[in-house]
Amino acid sequence: MLDWEVIKFSFFNADSLREIYPLLLSGWWMTIKLCLAVVPLGFCFGVFLATVHSFRIRGLNVCLVVFVDFFRSIPPLVLLIYVTYGLPFFGWDVPPFAAVLVAFTFNSGSYYGEIVRAGIESIPAGQMEAARSTGLTRVQAMTYVILPQALRNVAPDLTSNTIELIKATSIASVVALPELLRMGRVAQGLVYNATPLMAAAAIYLVMLWPIVRLLSRLERRMMSAR
Amino acid sequence: MAQTTAAPRYVVEAYDIHKSFGDFEALKGVNLTVAPQELVFIIGPSGSGKSTMLRCCNLLEQPSRGVVKITGEEITHRGVDINKVRQRIGMVFQQFNLYPHMSALGNVSLALRKVKKMARSEAEDRAHAALTRVGLDDKAGNHPTELSGGQQQRVAIARAIAMEPDVILFDEPTSALDPELVGSVLEVMRELRESGMTMVVVSHEMRFARDAADRVIFMDGGLVVEEGTPERVFTDARSDRLKAFLTSVTGH
Amino acid sequence: MDRFLDQFFNLEVMAKYLPDVAAGFVVTIQLALSVIVTGLTLGLALAVIRAFQIRPVNWLIILFVDLFRALPPLVILIIFYFGLPFIGLTMSAFVISWLVLAFVLASFAEEIYWAGITSVNRGQWEASRSTGLGFTQTLFYVVIPQAIRMTIPPLTNRTIAITKNTALASVVTVEEMLTVAQTSLAYAANTSPLTMAAVGYLLIFFPLTMASRWVESRYAWKR
Ligand SMILES: Nc1ncnc2c1ncn2[C@@H]1O[C@H](COP(=O)(O)OP(=O)(O)O)[C@@H](O)[C@H]1O
Ligand SMILES: [Mg+2]
Repeated sequence: MLDWEVIKFSFFNADSLREIYPLLLSGWWMTIKLCLAVVPLGFCFGVFLATVHSFRIRGLNVCLVVFVDFFRSIPPLVLLIYVTYGLPFFGWDVPPFAAVLVAFTFNSGSYYGEIVRAGIESIPAGQMEAARSTGLTRVQAMTYVILPQALRNVAPDLTSNTIELIKATSIASVVALPELLRMGRVAQGLVYNATPLMAAAAIYLVMLWPIVRLLSRLERRMMSAR
Repeated sequence: MAQTTAAPRYVVEAYDIHKSFGDFEALKGVNLTVAPQELVFIIGPSGSGKSTMLRCCNLLEQPSRGVVKITGEEITHRGVDINKVRQRIGMVFQQFNLYPHMSALGNVSLALRKVKKMARSEAEDRAHAALTRVGLDDKAGNHPTELSGGQQQRVAIARAIAMEPDVILFDEPTSALDPELVGSVLEVMRELRESGMTMVVVSHEMRFARDAADRVIFMDGGLVVEEGTPERVFTDARSDRLKAFLTSVTGH
Repeated sequence: MDRFLDQFFNLEVMAKYLPDVAAGFVVTIQLALSVIVTGLTLGLALAVIRAFQIRPVNWLIILFVDLFRALPPLVILIIFYFGLPFIGLTMSAFVISWLVLAFVLASFAEEIYWAGITSVNRGQWEASRSTGLGFTQTLFYVVIPQAIRMTIPPLTNRTIAITKNTALASVVTVEEMLTVAQTSLAYAANTSPLTMAAVGYLLIFFPLTMASRWVESRYAWKR
């Protein structure tokens, strides 16, 4: 007994949409700001972790692996709630945006770090030796010779992780950060139907679907090349 | 320092070099001295420690024991800035090890810009000059994958000479090349030698050794077994190991 | 320091709420296992169907898979949870969480399996067909066994990442570990129950993450 009129009213309600679209736009803008902050932060943190790892300082690398696997094992939502509800008990007032930044930088940095590490390990040892033989320091060799090649080799994985990170920012809605999903839910409470949620989903789709499509082609080509 | 005032007696001096990988002793006390403008040739069976010895000279391998000096300056000291020293020691690898994400020009000019801190234009002028010396200035804009093996190795040589080093170490520079491409690389090396470059060459090109080397060193089992002029080593082998080795490479 | 310990590692609070959090732990495990089994199976089924190359069916599969990969799982979960009642469908929050996460996992798994299947050399198909094996036989006896092997590392990583999302079920009030921990946190005015939950997640996922490293080196392929 699926009634099209009911579906249209509840999920694709034009009147509701007209009423709440400013909310959604402000949520979308917050999501963009969040991504612009958290993607570079997480990426740089990951490159840092991978670079330090490549220096092969044994004791330190054990710590790095435990650190990375720790943050890959904790669900980001748990981390976020820990930061948000844990720290205020000390009287520290953590604004939601900062809490989200901290949680996602550690979480996504660990994933980015693993990807970049794999990229660095895919570069033959001769590259580092050739660079060092001309007098480049380890950091210079890393910056100009190893990383540019490594990042290119793992570009699909980096892109895929970035999509995951952008999607994960929706978790910030749980701690009341007014991003896209949060505003969708607020709007849903106002009009009492699911249209705002569908509209929020549509915005995510417009942002991410093209990249997802592109990526599945890239990934298939990578696997075939093996 | 004293050495910089007078011309040094030796460009490379390595005394009593030992190198262990775990329990395995790859070098068991090797001495090597190379005078200015000398071309020293190292031969020996695979696994005899030739590459390891070469890599100890610019500390790509840290010797377990022994002393290495470059133009009289000890570099096996703690506290020596190895990156400074390596500017003065060029190295050419069997697998070329060109940077695949950079053009030939980028490969040659990177260290000029980042180590010697030259401005881009100055570095590129120098890189063009080096590429001209190896006969490849017309390929300056090409990436390594667009070059033949012989051309890649010549770019790698240009990368080394652009730094104007005191000595260049060659580790089997022609072993990864198709036979018809070997000649062009040897030709560049011959010209380098004629221009007075100090060179240490590990290679199996016996003809080249005979023509161009001042001295030939035969290594086996992590030790220098014989050394002398090419004439002496190739026609008057004293040890059985050298005789066996020469038979195996020349095929009679 | 004392204050920190008292706030985050309060043994008294922990002892009091341990039974609740443990019950939540069990629910989390149940949810995780259901998601993994259904998701991986459904994903494989979709990839196999896709291999038959029936145009309209393939479009449907691609649409399904793309939607569940492009949308944040939390968004899908909330739409299902708040939206389905509008069209007269009521399911428990547990079932909805299970379905949504299983669909998400199935979508990622399908793409990985499919990439594996297409990566098997044409020559394998031709050799197999030339011996008289049919399409389906070739698919099951020759192609999929080869494809599965190279899908194991990415599949392992993906499965762990998506299974961690069981924590999202707390948003739709499934009584899993995070929900219980948050409720206890509110009652006790103390963070220790959340610490317990975090430890619970580590107990589940830390060994899996370490294992995925091993899997990756074991099935390593040259890039
Ligand atoms: N990084 C290393 N780790 C362990 N063993 C090594 C390493 N490098 C070289 N060896 C060993 O040291 C010996 C000498 O190697 P090498 O100097 O490369 O010989 P050659 O260049 O004369 O063929 C070989 O037995 C080789 O296996
Ligand atoms: Mg060698």
